[in-house]
Amino acid sequence: MSSADIYRELILEYYRNPRNFGKLDRFDIEAHDTNPLCGDEVSMQIRVGAGNTIEEIRFSGKGCAISQASASMLTELAKGKPLGWVKGLSKEDIFKLLGTSDLGPSRIKCALLGMKVLKTGVYGYLGAHFEDSDADPTR
Amino acid sequence: MLETEALDVEQVRADFPILTRKVRGKRLVYLDSAATSQKPKQVVQALVDYYSTYNSNVHRSVHTLGEEATAAYEAARERTARFVGASPKELVFVRGTTEATNLVRFAWGERFVEKGDLLVTTLMEHHSNIVPWQLLARSKGARLEYVGLTEEGTLDLAKLESLLKESPKLVAVTHCSNVLGTINDVEKVCSRAKSAGAATIVDGAQSVPHMPVDVARIGCDFYAFSGHKMLGPTGIGALVGRKELLEKMDPFQGGGEMIKEVFLDHSTWNEVPHKFEAGTVNIADAIGLGAAVDYLTGLGMSKVRDHEVKLMRYAMETLNALKGFRSYGPSDPSTRGGVLSFNLADIHPHDLATILDEEGIAIRSGHHCAQPLMRWLDVAATSRASFHVYNSYDDVDSLKAGLEKAGEIFKV
Repeated sequence: MSSADIYRELILEYYRNPRNFGKLDRFDIEAHDTNPLCGDEVSMQIRVGAGNTIEEIRFSGKGCAISQASASMLTELAKGKPLGWVKGLSKEDIFKLLGTSDLGPSRIKCALLGMKVLKTGVYGYLGAHFEDSDADPTR
Repeated sequence: MLETEALDVEQVRADFPILTRKVRGKRLVYLDSAATSQKPKQVVQALVDYYSTYNSNVHRSVHTLGEEATAAYEAARERTARFVGASPKELVFVRGTTEATNLVRFAWGERFVEKGDLLVTTLMEHHSNIVPWQLLARSKGARLEYVGLTEEGTLDLAKLESLLKESPKLVAVTHCSNVLGTINDVEKVCSRAKSAGAATIVDGAQSVPHMPVDVARIGCDFYAFSGHKMLGPTGIGALVGRKELLEKMDPFQGGGEMIKEVFLDHSTWNEVPHKFEAGTVNIADAIGLGAAVDYLTGLGMSKVRDHEVKLMRYAMETLNALKGFRSYGPSDPSTRGGVLSFNLADIHPHDLATILDEEGIAIRSGHHCAQPLMRWLDVAATSRASFHVYNSYDDVDSLKAGLEKAGEIFKV
């Protein structure tokens, strides 16, 4: 795959005009991570709605087009989903959003930074709000 | 060959086998020599010769191989020392510049720096000339202050003077910035620092590979450089230190080789520089570095320097014409080394490096181990093209074409 394909219209559009970019006034989850290689930074904030769903989500950060576009695309995909959905999220889902998996080992970390931040935040929240009923396998 | 003749780049390139390889089907355009340089076949051959004909430990072997290895290792020290105007007794082989600054931090700093002392470094340093002094300041309760920069990216000498009034114990400065390319007047800095009673250490990682260096003329107490950036192998470099000072310092690491006598309750130290070379030394790579020194000496360092100034002038003229191109550091190519840091519009350096890689062009992108400088420049990262003896105008033209392609993809 050529770089012209990697940096196709969609990624550039999300890099220059990121969706869900910014901060929430009220939020229940906040997470942040960096990729020291690129200096990429991504923060996410989530407001949890009824039935443990992702009611509102915003991201902020700076870095390369791949890291910022994939984080932005992920927030669009995540909005409205149950928190538990995050557990099943895999790198293939991110590649599907970006339209490529052919990034090379050093750039894959850029692509997956947003997912790492989302999982860090949601797992932390789920752990902190873990209730006995959650442990019941019959439920 | 006369020193006034220009470097014959085609002839030089023939000595670097790696330059014939293809990257992604394209001619390799290697513009990352400030990170590590390529190696001529003469250096590779020196390693092969050592391992295949006289591999042996040095200094205490009385057999033939041991004597040959010792002679070659010490000859490499002699040639490397002469190359920078030092005496071999003053040259300690280390892993590289980072180990050299850390050696000074422990062997000199732990001995001579006290609570409340002032250490001075600058905003344009590589992390290897910042972090050891932070650690030293922390362990001793000393203070670390920075000499700032002018708009052009040169040292703020007024700030240096005001810090010197506080009688610092150490002034640490780079000879040539690995980001801005700025060549500092280290002779002046060291002379001023010496008058103020400070010890001086100069980071020569980006200067020794590219220009004539004479540590005696610079007048520093310590001078550090890496072999792998000067056509030599990785894992070898040098710390040059004033002999009286090296003799007063504590050892760096304890073990074999660095001792004279060992008793149950104490030991005495070997002579300098061996006092600082504990354990089996990096024999092969030191010999390889000696071969790199021979190679560069054969080319002539003035000629190497002239070549890079010409390339830099051409690169700055060519690339400055590109839309959205912004470079950092002094505008006069004759006052800078062979590194050119830049950004192209709003394209992140890592995206740029990915696009250029597709064209076979290797550049560096990121913070270049100089995060305080990145903050001063107010950028998250930069791209950096850096030159060495094997680079040509063609390489600059390829870079320009690659940047134009990146501009098209990103619709700059």
